[in-house]
Amino acid sequence: MRAAISKAVGAWLALVAMAALAAPSAVAAEPASLTEIEKQVMCPVCGTLLQLAESPQAQREKAFIQRLIAAGRTEAQIEDALVAEYGTEVLALPQDSGFSLSAYVVPIVAFLVAAVALAFGVLRWRRAGNSGRAGPASAGPKGDDAERLDADLARYDL
Amino acid sequence: MSVRSSIAVLGVLALVGLLVYGLVIKGGSRVAVGDPAPSTSLPRLEGGGEESLARYEGRWVLVNFWASWCEPCKQEAPALEEFQRQHGGAKFTVLGVDTRDLTDDGREFVREYGLSYPQLRDGDGGAAHDYGTTGVPENFLVDPAGKVRWLLAGPVDEQYLEEQVEPFLPQEKS
Repeated sequence: MRAAISKAVGAWLALVAMAALAAPSAVAAEPASLTEIEKQVMCPVCGTLLQLAESPQAQREKAFIQRLIAAGRTEAQIEDALVAEYGTEVLALPQDSGFSLSAYVVPIVAFLVAAVALAFGVLRWRRAGNSGRAGPASAGPKGDDAERLDADLARYDL
Repeated sequence: MSVRSSIAVLGVLALVGLLVYGLVIKGGSRVAVGDPAPSTSLPRLEGGGEESLARYEGRWVLVNFWASWCEPCKQEAPALEEFQRQHGGAKFTVLGVDTRDLTDDGREFVREYGLSYPQLRDGDGGAAHDYGTTGVPENFLVDPAGKVRWLLAGPVDEQYLEEQVEPFLPQEKS
């Protein structure tokens, strides 16, 4: 009985492993679609996503993509072909190299700096609060100042 | 100012500097009459290889930015070809720059209009950016020393070329 169960579990695990291995190739084999590519590339003349552009240049770019789809090219191949024609600015997402890298790095650095500054601020605030509670209550003015304060308060004594 | 404040101010300045740098490299300033013409090296539209304006030093060059999808470019193409036939030679040439266009569409355009003057390809619009163009077509007349002597943001026709460009050129056809 135990042998039968472990055999079944083994077979099930093998099936899961095979499915996991087959999944990426199934995705890669998926045909490219104009609708999907339009969301990822720009109309270089209009400066907007190709999806939103209707200019004559955008129409030519869409026709070019459709020709490549008809020729059986994958999404990545079509993007490469567009970069070869129009340069890297045709890609909607910034490149992860050169100056464009700052588009990814700056927000992360800014977030980290803000988080560290906030943490320091909270620590200082808590420390100030604690020392305020634990410290002596007579942190008021002394000498002449104390006398002047008493006189002032006396004037408002009802 | 405390060290911490200085670091915060430097951080903000660095971010502002980064933004300004990004804006500056995005926007180009327009080339003006008297300025040296940018001499970006570009691939030839046909035949392979690269060349730049420097190759034409010593000649007058009418640099014409165009694209196959541009209607006014279609209208001016025959006038430019005619002007090249009349004046093209050792002392003058029209130089076409196909910008932000598909290579095959550009080549088809050249065939359709029978353009005989040299053509370069500016797929990413880098050269157009260097000249500070805002669209197509745009025309820049560059003298033999490489300086811009006349420009027009828009299409030319035969009459315009005769009146505005021809007076600059050497009298005899070479």
